[in-house]
Amino acid sequence: MPDKKETAQGRYRALAFVKGESLAKEKDSQVSEDELHTWPYLVRKEFLAVIIVMIILMIWSIALDAPLEEPSDPSLTPNPAKAPWYFLGLQEMLVYFDPWIAGVIFPSLIVMGLMVIPYVDINPKGNGYYTFKERKFAIVTFCFGFHVLWILLIIVGVFMRGPGWLWFWPWEEWDSHRIVAETNYDLTQFIGIDSKSLLGSIIGGGIVTIYFFLGMTVPYLLMKMRKSQMLEKLGTIRYSIVAFLFWSMLGLPIKMVLKLVLHLKYIWVTPWFNI
Amino acid sequence: MSNKEGKEKLNIRELIKAKGIPGAIKDLTLNSQVWRSFFRHGLEDTPKTRMQTVISNSFLHLHPAKVKRHAPLFKYTWCMGGITFFTFLLLTITCVFLMFYYHPNVRDAYWDMKGLEYHVPFGLLLRNLHRWGAHLMVITVWFHMFRVFMTGSYKPPREFNWGIGVVLLVFTLLLSFTGYLLPWDQLGFWAVTVGTNMARATPGLGHEGPFGEMLGMTAYNDIRFALLGGSMVGGNALLRAYIWHCVGLPLIVSAFLIVHFWRIRKDGGISGKL
Repeated sequence: MPDKKETAQGRYRALAFVKGESLAKEKDSQVSEDELHTWPYLVRKEFLAVIIVMIILMIWSIALDAPLEEPSDPSLTPNPAKAPWYFLGLQEMLVYFDPWIAGVIFPSLIVMGLMVIPYVDINPKGNGYYTFKERKFAIVTFCFGFHVLWILLIIVGVFMRGPGWLWFWPWEEWDSHRIVAETNYDLTQFIGIDSKSLLGSIIGGGIVTIYFFLGMTVPYLLMKMRKSQMLEKLGTIRYSIVAFLFWSMLGLPIKMVLKLVLHLKYIWVTPWFNI
Repeated sequence: MSNKEGKEKLNIRELIKAKGIPGAIKDLTLNSQVWRSFFRHGLEDTPKTRMQTVISNSFLHLHPAKVKRHAPLFKYTWCMGGITFFTFLLLTITCVFLMFYYHPNVRDAYWDMKGLEYHVPFGLLLRNLHRWGAHLMVITVWFHMFRVFMTGSYKPPREFNWGIGVVLLVFTLLLSFTGYLLPWDQLGFWAVTVGTNMARATPGLGHEGPFGEMLGMTAYNDIRFALLGGSMVGGNALLRAYIWHCVGLPLIVSAFLIVHFWRIRKDGGISGKL
C-alpha cells in the first residue's frame, strides 16, 4: 500500500520512487547524444517549410489562374472528355481493359496491394534507412508500379491523348477528324475459333487461369527446389498474395504489348464479362 | 513560481525605480495571473523550458519533446508528410472563405465562380490557392508514400500506420475529385461524368458491370445512382459532391489524421532506424 504523508505542499500519494537522474536536464550537454530538442530544432524547420510552401503557392496562384471553362452543358460532350489528371492513369487503362477492370478491379487491387505491403514484406532489413541492396525485389516492384504504371500512364493520359483518345504528341495539332483504321481480334480468333463460342470461352478462360497458375506455381517450385529460406519464412499464404498481386500488376503491361503489337482485343470472352 | 505573497505586493514605485517603466510593465505582465495562466513556463532558453514549450502547448504537443537527431533531416522526411498536412489546413481555411460565396445549385454555381473572379476582392486568388493547393496536396501525398516506402518505414511496428496512410491517400483523391465538380463548368462536369461512369461497371453493383443485370441493377438503382443522386450528373450530384467535399470527407479524413499522427508517436517517432 502506498504511504500517505502530510507535507508542507499538502497531501500526496507516493506511487513509486525511482532513483536516478531527472529527465529534465538543466544543461544542453546532458541531453543525450542521439536526441535533439523538438523546440527549436524541428519546429523551426517545419516553420521554414511552411513559409516556402506558402511562397510557392502564392506565386503559383498569382501567375496562373485556376481553369474555368464554359458553363456545363450535358448536351455538348468535349472530345476527349478527360478525368482529373490524377485519375488519367486509370482512364488510360481503358484502352486495354474494360471499365470493370480498369475502373474498379485495378483501383481496388492497387489500394489492397498497398495495404498488404507491410504484412507480406517480411524482410527485416531496410527499416528506417535507405538501401537498395538489401531489398531489391521490393523496391524494383514498387517503383515499376508507381513510376512506370502509375506516373507514366498519367503523363501519357495528360499530354499524349487527343480526340478519340488517339495518340497526339504535345507539339501536334489535335485533329478531331483523324481516324485510325484498326481492327482488333480476340485471342481465339487467331487460331480460327469464334471467341464468343463455348469453346472459345473455355480456351480464353483456360489461358487466364494458366497464366495465374503458372505464374504462382513455377516460382514457388523453383524456390522450393533451391530450398529458399525466403519462401520458408514467407509461408504459402503470404507467397500466394504476393504472387497474385505481382502477376495481376504485370497483366497490364502484358496486355498493353499484346494490344499494341498483335491488335489483341480480349483474351477471354464470356456473356458476362471480357478480359 | 518564485513570486511569493511578499514579492507580489512589491511597491510599484520601487519596481519602476529598479527596472524603468518598460521593465516594470514587462515584469508585471510576466508575473500577472493572466499571463501565467496562458504560459506555464518561463522564457529563458534552457533545455527544461525547451521541453516545456512543446509539452505545454496543445499544438506543438503533436511532437514529442525530443526527437531523434536525424529526424529533422530533410533527406529522411523530404518534409512531405508535414507539407501534406499543411496543405490540408490551408485548404480547410480557404474552403471556409470560398463557402461564403458559393451556392451549390445548378443555377448559381458557375456564376459564383465568375463572381469570385470579378466581384470578390482577392476572390480569384482565393480560388487559385484552393485549386493549386489541392493539386499540390495530391502530389505531396504521393511523394510522402514514396519516401516512406524508400526508407522502409512501413515495416514493423509501423504496418498499421501505413494502412491508415493508404486510406488517407484514397480520401485525398476523393476530396480532390468531389471538388472538381463544384465549379460546374464543362471541365468538371465531364471529368466527373467520365469518373462516375466507371461505377456503372462495378461487378455486381453497377448496371453495366459483370453480373450487374443478373442482380437486378438498372441505371436507377445501382451504385452510380447512389453516388450521383440520379442517373446522370445534375443538381443532386452537385449537392452530394458539395456535402461530401466540404463536410463528409473532411470529417473522415480528420479522424484518420488523428490516428495517423498518434500512431507515429506510438510507433517510434518520425523516420529513421528503430
